[in-house]
Amino acid sequence: MNDARNAILDRLRLSQFPDSAPVKRDDQNDPVDPVLGPDERINCFINRMRAVRTEVHDASHDSWLDILHDVCQVRSLNNLLVSPHTRWGAKIYAAARRFPALKDYSQSIEDWKSELFTAVDAAVTGAYGGIAETGTLILWPEAHEPRAMSLVPPIHIVLLEKSRIYNSLTEAMQIQNWTLTGMPSNVILLSGPSKSADIEQTMTYGVHGPRELIVILV
Amino acid sequence: MTTDFRSNVAHALKQDAVQTHFRTVVDRLRAHRQAALTDDAAFEQLRSRCRAIRADAIRRLPDLLELFESNAQRSGIQVHWAETTLQANQIVLDIMRRHRATFLVKGKSMVSEEMGVNAFLQSHGIDCLETDLGEFIVQMAGEKPAHIIVPAIHKNRREIAHLMHRHFPGLPYSEDIETLAQSVRRFMRDKFRAAPVGLTGVNFMVAETGTLCLVENEGNGRMCSTVPPVHIAVTGIEKVIARLDDLPPLLNLLTRSATGQPITAYVNMINSPRRPGDKDGPDEVHLILLDNGRSHIAGDPELLKTLHCIRCGACINHCPVYRQIGGHAYGTVIPGPIGTILEPQKQGLDAAAGELPQASTLCGACAEVCPVRIPIPAIINRLRWESVRKNQQSQNSRPVVPGAGSGRKSLEATIWKIWAWCCTHPGIYNRLTKLATCLRNRLPADMGAWTVVRKAPKPAQVTLHERLRKMDIDHE
Amino acid sequence: MNNRVVSEKPQAVYFYGTCLIDLLYPHAGVSAVELLRREGVAVIYPQSQTCCGQPAWNSGYRDEALAVARAQLALFPRTIPLVIPSASCAGMMKVHYPELFRGQPDEADALNMAGRVYELTAFLVDVLDIRLTDLGDPVSVVAHTSCTARRELGVGDKLHTLLRQLHNVEILEPENSAECCGFGGTFAVKQPEISAAMALEKAAAVRATGAQRLVSQDCGCLMNIGGVMEKQNQAMPRQHIAELLWERTKK
Repeated sequence: MNDARNAILDRLRLSQFPDSAPVKRDDQNDPVDPVLGPDERINCFINRMRAVRTEVHDASHDSWLDILHDVCQVRSLNNLLVSPHTRWGAKIYAAARRFPALKDYSQSIEDWKSELFTAVDAAVTGAYGGIAETGTLILWPEAHEPRAMSLVPPIHIVLLEKSRIYNSLTEAMQIQNWTLTGMPSNVILLSGPSKSADIEQTMTYGVHGPRELIVILV
Repeated sequence: MTTDFRSNVAHALKQDAVQTHFRTVVDRLRAHRQAALTDDAAFEQLRSRCRAIRADAIRRLPDLLELFESNAQRSGIQVHWAETTLQANQIVLDIMRRHRATFLVKGKSMVSEEMGVNAFLQSHGIDCLETDLGEFIVQMAGEKPAHIIVPAIHKNRREIAHLMHRHFPGLPYSEDIETLAQSVRRFMRDKFRAAPVGLTGVNFMVAETGTLCLVENEGNGRMCSTVPPVHIAVTGIEKVIARLDDLPPLLNLLTRSATGQPITAYVNMINSPRRPGDKDGPDEVHLILLDNGRSHIAGDPELLKTLHCIRCGACINHCPVYRQIGGHAYGTVIPGPIGTILEPQKQGLDAAAGELPQASTLCGACAEVCPVRIPIPAIINRLRWESVRKNQQSQNSRPVVPGAGSGRKSLEATIWKIWAWCCTHPGIYNRLTKLATCLRNRLPADMGAWTVVRKAPKPAQVTLHERLRKMDIDHE
Repeated sequence: MNNRVVSEKPQAVYFYGTCLIDLLYPHAGVSAVELLRREGVAVIYPQSQTCCGQPAWNSGYRDEALAVARAQLALFPRTIPLVIPSASCAGMMKVHYPELFRGQPDEADALNMAGRVYELTAFLVDVLDIRLTDLGDPVSVVAHTSCTARRELGVGDKLHTLLRQLHNVEILEPENSAECCGFGGTFAVKQPEISAAMALEKAAAVRATGAQRLVSQDCGCLMNIGGVMEKQNQAMPRQHIAELLWERTKK
């Protein structure tokens, strides 16, 4: 296999053109991403998300628990997958009597795959940030909120602080310093429920990923 | 005497119902893109930026590939190199065997189509299950995808309903799209759960961070790269980009050009296999870098622009030829304008795909929408020259296009020589045109291919040369 | 392309008739010459001109195309505009001669000439700033913009600019107006099935507008679309833009 590697790289190096100039990247003259004020950012974010069938609640530190409670009630959820170790999760567990049965993703996926796939109604996670320009959530899964939480259960509820909504992906990458801090094994940019228009160009939701995405802005 | 391609074309053109449906879909995709790209000036700026990103990446391809490999390996991603599709398939097979895996779940990947990995693994007793809804439909039908973004573009709901009913006889027959999709969802969930291996493509590899970036709307790509303990990603070597902050502009134009969406439901950035403390994610992540002719293409300063492609499909949606004949008639993995320049360079101008550069009017609709400004008509014209070149030797030590000169026919070459001789001898030229005007009423009505659907044009009574001479226009 | 780069009106221009117009549609060429002369521009038509070389260039026979192009190049030495009543041929000379002559001893001459090439309608609008008075009866037309005019030269809008000056002319737009008509030069004989399908669809769209006439900057497209309609015994009168302009504005 090293033969293949060497052969490919040799062939590529052979055809390098010493006379060709480096490509001018000219990034300083690049179109500047729209810079919105905080309120505009939040509105843009909300509108973009709603346009693709995400349910968005504009809440506050005082109201989000109530809203989460209502979300669960309306859907008659039997259980909720949420970590007790996150700042949102800790508050949910503290008010556990108001919610359906709380489950924790505390084992490796191999040890409870069947239950994860068949017996979890909804998952609640936080988000690392949001992007106004495209109506996107930045998920930064780690030990307490593994990747599958935002993928397998049919309903995904996300709690996001309004102050962590950025104008654009570029801005988020810069301000959050992704290349310097390093990224987790998987970063997900989430912009709506799962969907497909593969059949007659007609949109249908919940094809493989969550059918519903609910965002509660705090 | 006709070619395979033209037979396929004739067959495609005869299928009226499919054609009408097909054209409706393509028109809709164009409209969606148009709605998403309303600011012309901003679009042009973004295009220039994306072109620069891709041109820089291809120019520095070997260095960036090594940088990517080094960073990816440091994170625990296993990087494999394959010169041919056979080598790539063998690598997949080896991984499957090592894990004693008998099936895998697959996300949509044109490179996996190029590899023919499904058939290869099948011949070794291993099943590949397509999980993308469109690809799954196409797999049920035993067909190949007809478009790189919308693989089942050619199927209507009735056909899909029949396919589903045949493959899942236990389910009641339904043409309701929601019902069909949910049936597939239920079926697939079991497969994702049980699959030992997941295979996906890659949209971009980021050299700076060793990151694999995949975009999708359904979530099956995430399923394939998260749930099974082994994830195999396959990609062409040209998909590398230099920096993480190159991703936002590319993603922006990719999705808006493809379907008019500002972004896909999921953008998946994979940095490593499962880390200590992670509770899910694959234990092994493999990346297979496939060459299959790309390094050869990179050797020509004009032709290497073919490799700038980010596989958005916009050129395909805007091509008037594709709109008439559909994807299958091309007989290639990638159809449309980008397929027309890429496939002959990979397979050779002497292969069946070598005819594709002839199947274009050079209208330029493709170049107008390409997010990275690939000059597709210019490259088509270049391939036409390569096809009929007399002197097939390498020029300036550039690699020769495979199959160069194979399209040269002595009759056609002679005709062009005679034409050139006439056009460089004005006396002869004028005598011939005068002759044509004299015979204007005696020319046959049947002039071969032209007159099948058209009335033959009739020479004028007097040529322009003659009329202007009579008008005493200054001749110099 | 809405910026009007209005240069100073030249005293004289070269005129390149094109081989298609020479043999099949000379009236278009004559009309163009008349229009230019009426604006006070002297027209020079070197009789030795034949073909711009595009058919060979698009077929991959570059040596032959170069030989023919070189013969044309020799005919237009003066640094005056070269006006061409065809976007297709103008595109060949303006955009592709620089490619064709790259590395050749006469490359500089070719670049010089390419810089002086104008498609007719672009010349009328941008350089002559032509003013037209419509003396004709009301008529409805489809203005078909060729792909070369639209995308290679960016002069598609000039056709409409000129037609809009004629107050008795109604412009009708067919469905999918930006879609290629399927001519493509040698494409029509090398891939006749696809070409026919495209031409039939374009002809149907044009006819569906109910327009009384088809007009274009390019005779190739007219020959293609018109030829289809004639075969279907539903001929729609077609004219090169020069013919229509001259016919409706000459006293």
